[in-house]
Amino acid sequence: MAELVLMRKAYGEALVKLGESNPDVVVLSADVSNSDFSFMFQEAFPDRFINVGIAEQSLVDVAAGLAYSGKIPFANTFAFLFTTRALEMVRTHLCYGEANVKLMATYAGISDSFDGPTHHAITDLAIMRAMPNMTVVVPGDTIALARLLPQVAEWKGPVYFRINRNEVPVIFDAAYQPVIGKAVHLRPGRDVTILCCGLMVSRSLEAARVLANAGIQAGVTEIHTIKPLDEQAIIQVAKETGALVTAEEHSILGGLGGAVAEVVTDHYPVPVKRVGLADRFAETGPYATLLDQYGMAVDDIVKAAKLAVEAKK
Amino acid sequence: MHYHSDALIRDLSVKAQIFRIQVLKMVYHAQSGHLGGAFSAAEILAALYFHHLRVDPANPGWPERDRLLFSKGHACAMLYTALAYRGFFPVEELLTFRQFNSRLQGHPDRLKTPGVEMCAGPLGHGIAVGVGMALAQKMKGNKPSSASAPSARASVGNVYVILGDGEINAGVIWEGAMAAAKYRLGNLTAILDYNGIQQTGATADVMPTEPIADKWEAFGWHVQEIHGHNVGEVLNALDRADEVHARPSMIIARTTKGKGVSFMEYDHRWHGLAPDQPQYEMALAELEEGLKKWQN
Repeated sequence: MAELVLMRKAYGEALVKLGESNPDVVVLSADVSNSDFSFMFQEAFPDRFINVGIAEQSLVDVAAGLAYSGKIPFANTFAFLFTTRALEMVRTHLCYGEANVKLMATYAGISDSFDGPTHHAITDLAIMRAMPNMTVVVPGDTIALARLLPQVAEWKGPVYFRINRNEVPVIFDAAYQPVIGKAVHLRPGRDVTILCCGLMVSRSLEAARVLANAGIQAGVTEIHTIKPLDEQAIIQVAKETGALVTAEEHSILGGLGGAVAEVVTDHYPVPVKRVGLADRFAETGPYATLLDQYGMAVDDIVKAAKLAVEAKK
Repeated sequence: MHYHSDALIRDLSVKAQIFRIQVLKMVYHAQSGHLGGAFSAAEILAALYFHHLRVDPANPGWPERDRLLFSKGHACAMLYTALAYRGFFPVEELLTFRQFNSRLQGHPDRLKTPGVEMCAGPLGHGIAVGVGMALAQKMKGNKPSSASAPSARASVGNVYVILGDGEINAGVIWEGAMAAAKYRLGNLTAILDYNGIQQTGATADVMPTEPIADKWEAFGWHVQEIHGHNVGEVLNALDRADEVHARPSMIIARTTKGKGVSFMEYDHRWHGLAPDQPQYEMALAELEEGLKKWQN
């Protein structure tokens, strides 16, 4: 069993490091800094930390004003609030106006499991990737987060960065060097490839091991950047294995699954099976239980892979 | 408070009326656009761009410039006119307003039009975006550099926001207002173009906002109330607002929607209507008559 590390704590630490190396980085919060651990930045750089109160629309607009004036604002609140309550601000200033704001979307997916569906973000990837000029990044563990966050700061233009609330398995090591926009091939395959992001990377690797025991050689490719999508990598594994599974902590509508389906439909049609929430809200409960009960169990990936392989015939 | 000469006030009043004539031509030519709320903001924009703001049309991105956020974006024909006459782009370009392939989009686009600081149109953004800009200036330590032009002001990069009165129905206005007071943004000034009319009727009927001055005071702002078509009052209020250092400033400018054209004044139907030819000719005649009064 992989070591578990708290994602948001890793985020707070990475944010402080960023603040040390880049004086233009400023951090904004809609009064949830003790939830997302951006309080660590506040303690280190009180003059570069702004709390706008429980006001997410203002949060994004204030961040846009800072960005228009040369700062690199990291705005923090829950994923569902950026993508629903403050979406018009995101669209008008970040996407259309190209304000260089970084949206730190915490409590993403169903990771705020006990707070229930009001606090889950299961449509955020679909919403954000539909926006022109937006970049969408989903780190797979704490190592990935620490490697990707400085790239987010350097990236020209707005970024939606999806952060899990909870302890997550550490799957990567020092050799892992992700680059925004580039897929990472984690395991070679022959029969099918699992394309995955976020917490579902660890579950996909586990599923691949189960499949191997059943005689199916499943590749695993991490798509940490949902947009801009590494289309060439997806086309490559579609050609190599002839069938795809997508696995994400998100609705099966419009997220990674939708993005992959679009690419293969345009370039190299192969069977695609999507693992995620089946267009419904989850409920309150333990995180692992919800993942398992709402279509994101290791076994769901295994079944989807078998169906995808079957569909090739 | 600075002394403003009669000659300056007359000159800016003439400019405001010339702007109205220009805007009428643009909206008539495009057969699309918003006249009522453009006409009500003419003196405010003339006073800002031709006297108060420190901007450099040859260098729209000058870091020490003042920023004007035109939050009531639908009335942008007037903003574009002020910018063109100030030299940000050729006046001839104004007739491309709302045309395909124009830099002058139906609503302001900061990436297309020189001098436009913020995308606007969806209402309510100006205060909170202005808070971000004003905070950035404070973080930079907004003192004039040696490269800055001589100025009586101790600070540079002041932020000015022009709001519509219907616009302040939006909740994010008040979110931003609270943040501005919290961070004591003395370098932020808002001018409310209080023409009393919004898209479907009187603001008092659609969504009552009175007592408006009390509201802004209660939110921690320094408040002035002026006649928004009186250039002298506009100039004085802008000067006074700059002298308030520990609080954001609100200038409530009482104006007339459709100002200068009798059949458009106070009539919400002229919020977003383009005139036909007879209406255009009548409006033009009235505005030119008004211009003569200032020029004599």
